[in-house]
Amino acid sequence: MIAFLIKRLFHALLVMFVISVIAFAIQDNLGDPIQQMVGQSVPESERAQLREELGLNDPFLVQYLRFAINAAQLDFGYSYIFNQPTTEVIARHLPATLELVASATFLIILLSVPIGVYSAIKPRAWLSRFFMGVSIVGISIPVFLTAIVLIQIFAIGVSWTPFPADTAWGAWLNDLVTTEGGMPAYGRGDPVHVIGTWYTNFASPRGLLYLVLPAISLASIMLPLFIRLIRAEMLEVLQSDYIKFARAKGLPLSRIYFLHALKNTMLPVITVGGVQIGTLVAYTILTETVFQWPGMGLMFLDAIERSDIPLIVTYLMIVGLIFVITNTVVDLIYGLVNPTVKLTGKPA
Amino acid sequence: MFNKTLMAATIGALMAGTAALPAAAQDDDINTLRMAYDADPVSLDIHEQLSGGILQLSHMTFDPLVRWTQDLEFEPRLASDWEQVDDTTLRMTLREGVSFHSGNTLTAEDVVWTVDRLKRSSDFKAIFEPIDKVTAVDEQTVEFQTEKPYPLLLNLATYIFPMDSEFYTGTDDDGDPKDEIVKNGNSYASKHLSGTGPFTVTEHQPGNRMEFERNPNYWDDDSPGNVDRIVLTPISENATRVAALLSGDVDFIAPVPPNDLERVREDEDANLVTMSGTRIILFHMNQERVEAFQDPKVRKAFTYAINQEGIADRLMKGFATPAAQFSPEGYAGHVPDLEIRHDMEKAQELMAEAGYEDGFEITMMAPNNRYVNDAKIAQAVSAMLARINVDVDLKTLPKAQYWGEYDDRAADMMMIGWHSDTEDSANFHQYLTECPDTETGGGQYNAGNYCNPELDELVREANLEIDQEKRAEMLQEVEQTLYDEAAFVPLHWQDLAWASASHIEIEPILNVMNFPYLGDLVINDE
Repeated sequence: MIAFLIKRLFHALLVMFVISVIAFAIQDNLGDPIQQMVGQSVPESERAQLREELGLNDPFLVQYLRFAINAAQLDFGYSYIFNQPTTEVIARHLPATLELVASATFLIILLSVPIGVYSAIKPRAWLSRFFMGVSIVGISIPVFLTAIVLIQIFAIGVSWTPFPADTAWGAWLNDLVTTEGGMPAYGRGDPVHVIGTWYTNFASPRGLLYLVLPAISLASIMLPLFIRLIRAEMLEVLQSDYIKFARAKGLPLSRIYFLHALKNTMLPVITVGGVQIGTLVAYTILTETVFQWPGMGLMFLDAIERSDIPLIVTYLMIVGLIFVITNTVVDLIYGLVNPTVKLTGKPA
Repeated sequence: MFNKTLMAATIGALMAGTAALPAAAQDDDINTLRMAYDADPVSLDIHEQLSGGILQLSHMTFDPLVRWTQDLEFEPRLASDWEQVDDTTLRMTLREGVSFHSGNTLTAEDVVWTVDRLKRSSDFKAIFEPIDKVTAVDEQTVEFQTEKPYPLLLNLATYIFPMDSEFYTGTDDDGDPKDEIVKNGNSYASKHLSGTGPFTVTEHQPGNRMEFERNPNYWDDDSPGNVDRIVLTPISENATRVAALLSGDVDFIAPVPPNDLERVREDEDANLVTMSGTRIILFHMNQERVEAFQDPKVRKAFTYAINQEGIADRLMKGFATPAAQFSPEGYAGHVPDLEIRHDMEKAQELMAEAGYEDGFEITMMAPNNRYVNDAKIAQAVSAMLARINVDVDLKTLPKAQYWGEYDDRAADMMMIGWHSDTEDSANFHQYLTECPDTETGGGQYNAGNYCNPELDELVREANLEIDQEKRAEMLQEVEQTLYDEAAFVPLHWQDLAWASASHIEIEPILNVMNFPYLGDLVINDE
């Protein structure tokens, strides 16, 4: 176990090293940070001086070594746009992203398990077919569109009158398709301070309201995938001998489905799912942009737009780290649920 | 779409659950303005960068000596009166009884201190170059001296926001001087602010939120402004910014993207204000890279082939004023008779006359996130040029990458938008069409390599001419010549648009410079 964790630690370091080299190598293509720092009418001589001060004229290797030596001492440099150490900037934006990902994950689990299991148990029921059809559509709608449609319907509101308003039934139907709006359309509102840089939206009902639309948009990317995954796995498990045997033995159906079958269904779902949750952190870039959610994704896009190289490099390294951590946790959990798997790779 | 429907049901349930809760605690006695711009100011140090965001902040938390009115006239602010003593001296009298946020009183020394600091700022130093010496004659009087006569001293005074010299003097906790100007780092002035302005900064989370409160000791008792508190949130995503206004989450937004103008205009609860702007969008034709561009006939053919009105009408949805020159109306150099060139037959004729009937190939570059519809405009222009047999290889880039290419003059035609920092015509020529000279920095953005030494001389003379009428004539001559020689392809002046909730009267406080005078904003009862 210890050996496994140490190995993973080295993985993490290696991943971060490779990412930092790549990020540094492409920085010349990310644009000129000086352009973003000065007004348009500033003469070239001033720019050259600033460039020299920031060390942007040094050769690649010198710049990288300077960065690496500082990074080894946990100093990742100063963000050009926030005028603060990059680690501080990221620490301030991280909680918002993690809360958003946590809420989306919660929604995904809450919806995908029952829907997936149901459509596996009753694969021919019309409701199951409906779920499957919808998930195909859902998987192909870009999150950008989902988000904007949600904002229009639930934040701005739509008034739509396809039915004759002068009849009672028409008015009733019109009311049904008309929404008031009123949901918050952007940002986090006034999150409650917890500790350090962590402000939370979970502490008040008003705060939770701000999470609803962004979390749904983010969840909509992964939800169809999870439903299909759970359904496919469950269908396979239901064909296995021990389930047939349990039925023959006369165990209650609910016990067979939800205890015996579901347990084995969840094994591969945990592996795939864990990795996908890591991917969600990357998907927040789009969701956070549309909802102006002040998390890491929005910050990263800002950093790219304004060529904030130190912040870009630090962000990429931290996202790499998050991927390694989620993978490690998934492996650990997998080891716990499935005792036949040995983490260290030795035969059981 | 069942999963979406299911979600909708979930939200419905959640909303029903929270509907009974009071909305965020609102105090009825104070007027809060919640506003969203596309970006927030990069720093609290108003000399760190010369940008729209910083100037907007300056007008909220400081006051200039004089400021522009909507008709581009000067309005006294901290300078109550001024007189031209001789050709090279301007004397200004400061308003009495003005105090800074810190409680210190404004004196002539503060103005001297501020101008000295401006002359050290990399961004402002070039504009303040003409000012030779500033002296405090007495507590309330300050004298500006220039080496040579300089007609734009008042224009410069709109950039002088006196800072609290006592507050910014000394060293901070790290031992650095408090008045230090640092582009990238943690200076005292980038985190602390003391001005004379209508608002004080109470909270600043960069990139996220900024809060202001009304300065209880504000000197301007005549100001109708009744905003007690401002919450500024940067919303860079256009659609979200508009949605935030329409859903009532914010009360004031800028800019309003052209695609949403109709939607905002039709909304009963929103109030839309648009103005013809002063930022000219144009294409340079590089004479050094393409020999054909050295022939004025070819350059003229290009301006004839491009349909500026069509671009302004259809592409910009009327959100632009087609242009035939640099200077918008109201500027000294504006020549009203210059007609927009658009005549495809004439363009073809001119090409034939120049011997380029069969056209040629050129490369073109434009940014894709800097100006409104920039990439689309470039596409339209390249399609129009195809009609005079010019084959365009177009490349559009994000602004972060574009300016590096621009500095390298990497394409035969390059797009640029320019706003004159001095709100004066001469500035356009100095940066965009003066003979490029790396020594003097002239023609820094002249990617066309157009060079006419006579014009340069004329602009130099105009900048020594105190008589504003004579000066205007000279600047108009410059515009006329540039037009006759088709030095560049003018496209349009990009319009400006703001929108607010209908009970907020934004119209009186807006201007073409895009510095809303929020201190004078009036919020009516809903």
